[in-house]
Amino acid sequence: MAATLAACGQNNPLESTSSSSPTGATNPDASTTGDMVDLSQWYHEYGEEGVKEAVERFAAEYEAANVTVKWTPGDYGSILAAQLLTDDVPDVFEAEQGGSLEQIRSGQLEDLTELIGDAKDEFNQSVMKRFTYEGKIHGIPQTIDMQLLYYRPSLLEAAGVEVPTTFEELVAAANAVKTSSMGGFFAGNDGGIAVLGTLFIWASGHEQLNDDRTEATFLNDDFYQSLVAYRDFSKSGGVVQSASAEWYSPDAFVNEEAAFQWGGLWSLPAITEAFGDDVGVMAFPAMGAKGRPAVPFGAFGSCVAAKGKNVDASKDFVKWLWIEQEDKQVEFSDAFGTHIPAKDALVPKATKLSSGPGAEAAKFVADSGFANDIMWSGSIGDKYNAAVSNVIKNNADPAAEFEPLKELIKSELEKLKG
Amino acid sequence: MPTSVVEAPARPSEGRPGLWRRLRGHQGRNLWFAAFIAPFLLGLIAFVYLPIVWSAYLSFFEARNTVTPTRFVGLDNYIYLLNDKLFVNSLLTFVAFAAFIVPLTYLGSLGLALLLNNLKWGQAFFRSVFFIPTAVSYVIAAIIWRFAFFSGARFGLLNQFITAAGGEQVNWLGGTNSLYWVALVSVRLWLQTGFYMILLIAGLQRIPLETYEAAAIDGASGWRLLRFITLPQLKATSIAVVLLLLINAFQAFDEFYNMLGSIGTYPPYARPPLVHLYLIAVGGGQQDLGVGGAGTMILTAIIVLFGVGQTFILNRSTK
Repeated sequence: MAATLAACGQNNPLESTSSSSPTGATNPDASTTGDMVDLSQWYHEYGEEGVKEAVERFAAEYEAANVTVKWTPGDYGSILAAQLLTDDVPDVFEAEQGGSLEQIRSGQLEDLTELIGDAKDEFNQSVMKRFTYEGKIHGIPQTIDMQLLYYRPSLLEAAGVEVPTTFEELVAAANAVKTSSMGGFFAGNDGGIAVLGTLFIWASGHEQLNDDRTEATFLNDDFYQSLVAYRDFSKSGGVVQSASAEWYSPDAFVNEEAAFQWGGLWSLPAITEAFGDDVGVMAFPAMGAKGRPAVPFGAFGSCVAAKGKNVDASKDFVKWLWIEQEDKQVEFSDAFGTHIPAKDALVPKATKLSSGPGAEAAKFVADSGFANDIMWSGSIGDKYNAAVSNVIKNNADPAAEFEPLKELIKSELEKLKG
Repeated sequence: MPTSVVEAPARPSEGRPGLWRRLRGHQGRNLWFAAFIAPFLLGLIAFVYLPIVWSAYLSFFEARNTVTPTRFVGLDNYIYLLNDKLFVNSLLTFVAFAAFIVPLTYLGSLGLALLLNNLKWGQAFFRSVFFIPTAVSYVIAAIIWRFAFFSGARFGLLNQFITAAGGEQVNWLGGTNSLYWVALVSVRLWLQTGFYMILLIAGLQRIPLETYEAAAIDGASGWRLLRFITLPQLKATSIAVVLLLLINAFQAFDEFYNMLGSIGTYPPYARPPLVHLYLIAVGGGQQDLGVGGAGTMILTAIIVLFGVGQTFILNRSTK
């Protein structure tokens, strides 16, 4: 299970970006001497079998440089952040959501805007938007992870309800299909608070921060009403409060403990194996009048260290692997786990996504994909989550509970801007 | 802790020996002392005292993602923490947790120690049986508690018993009630009772047999022996045990985080100080070491207060 978590942890919408120190400066490109330069490339440990061998093969097939892959088990974000402070930086490495705020602002990442050029239109637009900071792109998306809502069409049919398109309809459907042995909706043993947390912002039609990133933009009645709606849903008995496994595992759904389960795309193969064609997927439905459907996504981006000794050669390699070599990109996404290729045109080539629920999932990211803002820091996330929990579990008044967050977020953003 | 390396007095009969000989001590005793103590001392300095000092330094700076900060902010980090409702709540959580776990563990360990100490046979066996849980990792135990015993699903072990007996399925860890305390307290009780039992057995065995014999001649037995001989004689050990229990409860992290946390997030309730500091200092991949350092200083100060309190109580009781 730990391996699955390691592979999918970046998919958690509440987890903010990884980090690094605001020191170091951009170096001018070191000259590349000789025919073949040596490059090092870092990956975090992917849980699925075969990924390591695949990326080593990709590296070996590159002819313009000797690329050595370093596989990094453990707390990849911290290890990478520490290494980037030294003189011995990895030339090429993957970073969550294409690089953290600190990595970008301290100049640790090479600007790849020109490298990607017009090819950026080929990539998933939600991901590209998240990867762009102040007009610049510092990472090339490698593959996309996402979460979505699973359901069983046959159960809805038997209960005579349509596939829900709004949150109200989801509440009605979950309560209609639940039986004494199977609950309605499941999203984790904490009642869904941790994983759904920021979805309440997006699904009720808001963004986390304003365009200038000076304040929160979701602290209003529409948002509060959406929290109350979820609280009512919980109190109605429609939300399964505890199951045999967590939301990130397919087990609770496969064991028929809930008719609807929030889960990761990575669970799709296990769920399809259990129920065959009787599997439907949807985004988290729109909440309230201004709402819209939403799914959270996460993507690792391939970055180039600005301090590297062979920056140009590193860029060439990144361009070759993550922009040009489409067969490898498809293999990386599809052959081991279940991920969405970062380029839209490659999605049909991924066998697991070519039809049915998988194909829809890819579309959800493009149409309704959201990710934490680059300045949605860990402490903002924690305060936010605590307030959501208090409203839903302890019946706290949302307006009163979220009132202090207004100033907290403002001052945190000021601090982040330095 | 002994830190002085120079302690051997010069012997007048040998005249005044050279400085080196005096430093070495009789038969090089000081040298050996230094040789044995140095690795430990160096480790302590490098991994305990330096980080504490460094945290103190960082706590006065805006230190995000760096251990060499430049922006001095005075007491801002401390003010931020003391105004942080969740931090203050975490201190209250510790008080609540300690109020259960400290007396329960002490009474449990003492009970076991008294029972085992009077055993005529099989003492070593039972001592091992009760001590073994100490060897289990808090993380492993927490995961077993979370997914096997206290799973809120109908498959949960306890829930199976409860529903078989005609009761309602209980949501132990979901936060809709306060029953998570049962899981949190019981796991720590199971893990640590055996260890403190050993400490108390050692304490019991140090009580001279003659005291009991004298008391027996005076006609004391049973409860009176326990009340007037055993417990008073066990006072120093008991105070040490209670203090250790308090400090350990203060540093609780593993079982809380692994029982209630969910992929990098943690609910606002049942949140002990270290879990909260972890979340705001290094949670979500960020590193806010200034606030983390300030929190460490506040917690260190509280632990030092405990220590001073213990010394005070000990001194008063020996007078």
